Amino acid sequence: MADLVVDIQNTVPPLRIENRFAAGSTTAVVGPNGSGKTTLLRVLAGLVPGDDDSRIALGDQVFRDRTTVVPAYRRGVAMLSQDAGLFPHLSVRSNVAFAPSAQHLSRAEVTSRVDRWMAATGIAELADRKPGQLSGGQAQRVAIARALAAQPRILLLDEPFRALDVDVAGRLRALLRTILADRSRITVMVTHDLVDAVTLADEILVIESGRVAESGPTTDVLTSPASRFTATLSGLNLFVGTADETAGVCDDAGHRVGGTAGGAVTPGERAAAAFSPRAVAIYLHAAAGSPRTMLPGTVVDVAPRGEHALVRCDVGGQSVAAEVTWAAVADLALTAGLAVELVVKAADVRVYGLAAGA
Amino acid sequence: MTVGGPRRASGATGNVTGASGATGNVTGASRATGNVTFRNRISGLPAPWWVYLIAAVGVTVIVLPPLALVLKTPWDTFIEQVTSQSSRDALRLSLQTAAATTVLCVLLGVPMAVVFSRHDGLLVRVIRSLVLLPLVLPPVVGGLALLYTFGRLGILGGPMREAGIDIAFTTTAVILAQTFVALPFMVISVEGALRTAGTRYEDVAATLGASPTRVLWKVTVPLVAPSVLAGLVLSFARALGEFGATITFAGNAPGVTQTAPLAIYVAAIDDPQQAIPMSLLLVLISLIVVVGVHSRRRRGVSRG
Repeated sequence: MADLVVDIQNTVPPLRIENRFAAGSTTAVVGPNGSGKTTLLRVLAGLVPGDDDSRIALGDQVFRDRTTVVPAYRRGVAMLSQDAGLFPHLSVRSNVAFAPSAQHLSRAEVTSRVDRWMAATGIAELADRKPGQLSGGQAQRVAIARALAAQPRILLLDEPFRALDVDVAGRLRALLRTILADRSRITVMVTHDLVDAVTLADEILVIESGRVAESGPTTDVLTSPASRFTATLSGLNLFVGTADETAGVCDDAGHRVGGTAGGAVTPGERAAAAFSPRAVAIYLHAAAGSPRTMLPGTVVDVAPRGEHALVRCDVGGQSVAAEVTWAAVADLALTAGLAVELVVKAADVRVYGLAAGA
Repeated sequence: MTVGGPRRASGATGNVTGASGATGNVTGASRATGNVTFRNRISGLPAPWWVYLIAAVGVTVIVLPPLALVLKTPWDTFIEQVTSQSSRDALRLSLQTAAATTVLCVLLGVPMAVVFSRHDGLLVRVIRSLVLLPLVLPPVVGGLALLYTFGRLGILGGPMREAGIDIAFTTTAVILAQTFVALPFMVISVEGALRTAGTRYEDVAATLGASPTRVLWKVTVPLVAPSVLAGLVLSFARALGEFGATITFAGNAPGVTQTAPLAIYVAAIDDPQQAIPMSLLLVLISLIVVVGVHSRRRRGVSRG
């Protein structure tokens, strides 16, 4: 296993990305539409060559430099898009067998690999169907199996759950989380979904206008009060800590946010509570004897969001935003540096287990 | 004969275009009769009544003449005429050469379509237009062009003749003439399908480790197989009806270069009545071809 080191330059569309994807890691690539996320994946895959100044290397193996362009089919990558892109003329089984067959494995090896991944993704009973006879969720499962049956060294995911409804996306996310836990490949995932980033990715790469705006471990980037991106990714607050027995998240200082589990959460492991700024109310003083948990914080800034005000606060080094009316801002005289108490409505909080390396 | 040549030849082109047109006409006809109007109509409002009237005139123009052939057929001598030695020779030669042409069209046309669908550069656009020229060129002109390429005085024919290869006025010339006019049909049919399909599946296949050759055989060709089949049928039909290029380039030798359309023409000069049975046979074959393409298309739509 080796790191994937890239220095990508592309003119149309413009892209200038330098990054190291660690062996076994999963990186979420986030950013506004048209910022070059998909182009980055296509350059990594070898579908777009990139400019001659680009350099892409997986350990010793150079995919791209001034004199080399290794074609897509020799890179050991597999790409999964939001539309499953199953070959319509092949059965589910033949779709999954496509990559192993292309690798000229023996028939027995192809069969065992196909069986293994069809079982892992729960599509064994669909083997003889044609893609036209599958639901969106089933098709995406098959696409996952097909990509993984290639046993790629680099797995590229382009918003894999975007076209699916919430329930199906949740189940597939859990499936992918289980599969990626073996950390035997480098995964790069483009997403717009905070939950994808939190539950699947160790690292986050924020791209704006074709350049890296921020990068680092998922939780650092998403909870950093300094991050401009956290609020724009999905508009959700993210409070990271350790999961407790009752679906709450505690940070090291003992600040706790309670909620309901949004996926597999193991008590004692790292977890994140995600909640909307609308679920946060601001008080100047802790209400005496209140059963609700409160977070003591300091106002960082107040900015307009739609008709309301978005008040960003620092809670033990993490950023928590509250959306309140301008009247409340005036009543409470909220300004930067003011100490406040934040109350989070537990019913609006979802708690997710963090990706293994995050 | 020079006048009759192009006229009959362009008629043949019309037949093939009519084939795809007729697909639409079948629906049009059932719409006009009215009894299945509501089930078959695609969108809400019916067209104005006068459109139906004009459409009916159009249908008549196309459908009446073949019916006239049926009505005027001398049925008492039909079998005898169709099974005469000269008729059988002409028909056999037609079917054989058209089949050979169809094979050539697949072998040459599919690679051309692949190349044309993948490039949009000026050079490829120019070449593409040149390749589609036979679609609009009067076949007799094509035959003349072939004659001055492969004929005894042609730019390639001269050297080839010295090497002991003589193509003009042989069965090979018939196949060459038919391929010249039929190949663009295959190219157009397959290229359109390739462009519609895009390179999405091919990209996926490449990232799954399939080499370009493997992608072509396992993904590209199977995906456009219905269009290859449609192109195949159209090429066969076009080859079967070929007249102008054949008579100019290959001549009219019974048993060697005299295909069915040529035999019909020769018979018609003598006695038009004599030419009807064989003509009717060609109508029948064309009809089978049209129905074949039509059912193919409907299946393709319901699948897609």
